[in-house]
Amino acid sequence: MEYKPIRKVVSGNYAAAYAVKHARVEVVAAYPITPQTSIIEKIAEFLANGEVENLQYVPVESEHSAMAATIGASATGARAFTATSAQGLALMHEMLHWAAGARLPIVMVDVNRAMAPPWSVWDDQTDSLAQRDTGWMQFYAENNQEVYDGVLMSFKVAEKVNVPAMVIESAFILSHTYDVVEMIPQELVDEFLPPREPLYTLTDFDNPKAIGALATPNDYYEFRYKLAKAHEEAKKVIKEVGKEFGERFGRDYSQMIELYRTDDADFVFMGMGSLMGTVKQAVDILREEGYKVGAAKVRWFRPFPSEELYELAKNVEGIAVLDRNYSFGMEGILFTEAKGVLYNTDAKPLMKNYIVGLGGRDFTVDDVRKIAENMKAIIEKGELDVEVDWYHLKR
Amino acid sequence: MEIPENVKKRLSIPAEEYFYAGHTACQGCGASLGLRYVLKAYGKKTIFAIPACCSTIIAGAWPYSTLEANLFHTAFETTGAVIGGIEAALKAKGYKVKGEDGVMVVGWAGDGGTADIGLQALSGFLERGHDAVYIMYDNEAYMNTGIQRSGSTPYGAWTTNTPGGKKHFLEKRHKKKVIDIVIAHEIPYAATASVAFPEDFMRKLKKAQKTPGPSFIQLFSPCPTGWRSPTDKSIEIARLAVQTAYFPLFEYENGKYKINMPSTKKEPKPIEEFLKYQGRFKYMTKEDIEVLQQWVNHEWEKLKKLAEVFG
Repeated sequence: MEYKPIRKVVSGNYAAAYAVKHARVEVVAAYPITPQTSIIEKIAEFLANGEVENLQYVPVESEHSAMAATIGASATGARAFTATSAQGLALMHEMLHWAAGARLPIVMVDVNRAMAPPWSVWDDQTDSLAQRDTGWMQFYAENNQEVYDGVLMSFKVAEKVNVPAMVIESAFILSHTYDVVEMIPQELVDEFLPPREPLYTLTDFDNPKAIGALATPNDYYEFRYKLAKAHEEAKKVIKEVGKEFGERFGRDYSQMIELYRTDDADFVFMGMGSLMGTVKQAVDILREEGYKVGAAKVRWFRPFPSEELYELAKNVEGIAVLDRNYSFGMEGILFTEAKGVLYNTDAKPLMKNYIVGLGGRDFTVDDVRKIAENMKAIIEKGELDVEVDWYHLKR
Repeated sequence: MEIPENVKKRLSIPAEEYFYAGHTACQGCGASLGLRYVLKAYGKKTIFAIPACCSTIIAGAWPYSTLEANLFHTAFETTGAVIGGIEAALKAKGYKVKGEDGVMVVGWAGDGGTADIGLQALSGFLERGHDAVYIMYDNEAYMNTGIQRSGSTPYGAWTTNTPGGKKHFLEKRHKKKVIDIVIAHEIPYAATASVAFPEDFMRKLKKAQKTPGPSFIQLFSPCPTGWRSPTDKSIEIARLAVQTAYFPLFEYENGKYKINMPSTKKEPKPIEEFLKYQGRFKYMTKEDIEVLQQWVNHEWEKLKKLAEVFG
């Protein structure tokens, strides 16, 4: 069957819901939270209208139970999905470890939202990055198209390596903003993403399993090692699946870091999620103004694309790391990660951390220009002014 | 061991064993007996979800399991949610769930994981109407963590965080009536049971299996380690809990209450009978025992009234 995309104008949340439908997810357990709610509302609407077959929808009483029920469903062999945001994701935290430790290929959409207090419902990456060490993979979407594609690819990757995956989109900037999304006809999604073939299930009654049992110090260590190896394996699988997706549907995701006009760049802006759309637009404008700049969008934060970062860092003089998040007592989280990767290599570009857009503060093309001016100056001087710059601070 | 057919016919409880020797329960453990009966009732087509509790250990550490049934070890407060997810997945996969030939999904959790930290997930499970059975084995404290009070710990009981000291004991609250909270959800079937009355327990397990929707059984499970009681007295203590009406056996079925006491004519024995073998109650004065007796009387009268009005 020839690929003819179906174009729909949808919000990021609806893009996620359509991807869940097209992935033929069997169990969705979820709890509402702004700005995630319209994902599960749309899925429930599909169900109510008979547009999805064979979906069990479990409207649970908390996010903690949403993840627990999703875990139960996935362990039973079903393709399972949930979605949440911010406080909800924090409430799930314990069970995120459980999903990864039990090696269940659940896919979840997290709508990136700032943590309270003060209360905020706007975009910020701290919620998802606080889940960094739970053993989940993390895919950051730049736009609604990437939300849709990300969910479909994540199921494929997760089910190949038995590691759960989070697809992350920005609060309101993507979740509630409508854009054209090219969707894939169901038959072609089915070819790309066949039914899940679980490694084990709770339904083998002649050969029963006890999953998640106590492991003594003699065994626990090896379980962790296997999860670590699965993340290593995932890097390979992500590239293969991303390439396959490109060959089938024209959008190539074989790079874990998407490089934009970096070939001859003096310095690049590095970041994750929707703010990189703004950055790419700014790069085009800055190029016309004579800046030799590029953008490096980190798509997969876990597993971390260390090798790709090294290749990039070898060829640039500076990296402006844009963090829509902050680790208190330290610096932006992506900044720490990126510096850490490069420490034992011979690539040592000047690296500066810009804390931007916390709690949904606007981040515009003009902001990128100001950062470019600052980066240019410090590269010419050969040293940093400050390492961590709270860029928007009202002084 | 092969059991001759003529012997099998005489047994009111199935001879088949799916709970194996080599488990790591303490001597005299009520919970391990409970697990054994559940498996005898439901057989191999059972999926257990067990949260953090004694049974995590009883079932065994990786790579062993003492249960011949599928088992998902889950987090403390999640039993209700996990069995909901398992049931949903089974339905999505086309399995028959519950009923004589269906897959039995069993949440098996202690009183701490049910009355306290897991109460929210239990409520969600009951309210959503999943086809699964939730069994709370009630040993009246957090035993696996080292005998700390739970909401199900009775008035006057020593635990390590509500100790009895030289002056007084700290546990001044009465046992939380989890079964009443469950019944408030108006589910089709809820019951109390005791390891001292296995035929009654088996009958209730079978009824839970046949009844569509969520079922709940609160199983009284003595813990010699935590109760400071002789290991050979567990069944006797459990029997006395029923005979004193401290833990009456009853069923709630579609709005109707039915008391299943061994003898309906006899008046309950005094509460001292239940307390006598248990070191955990040794700090209680005569007045304290009277406080507990009054509570027992009150609850027993209430139950009798309910059975009379909604019988």
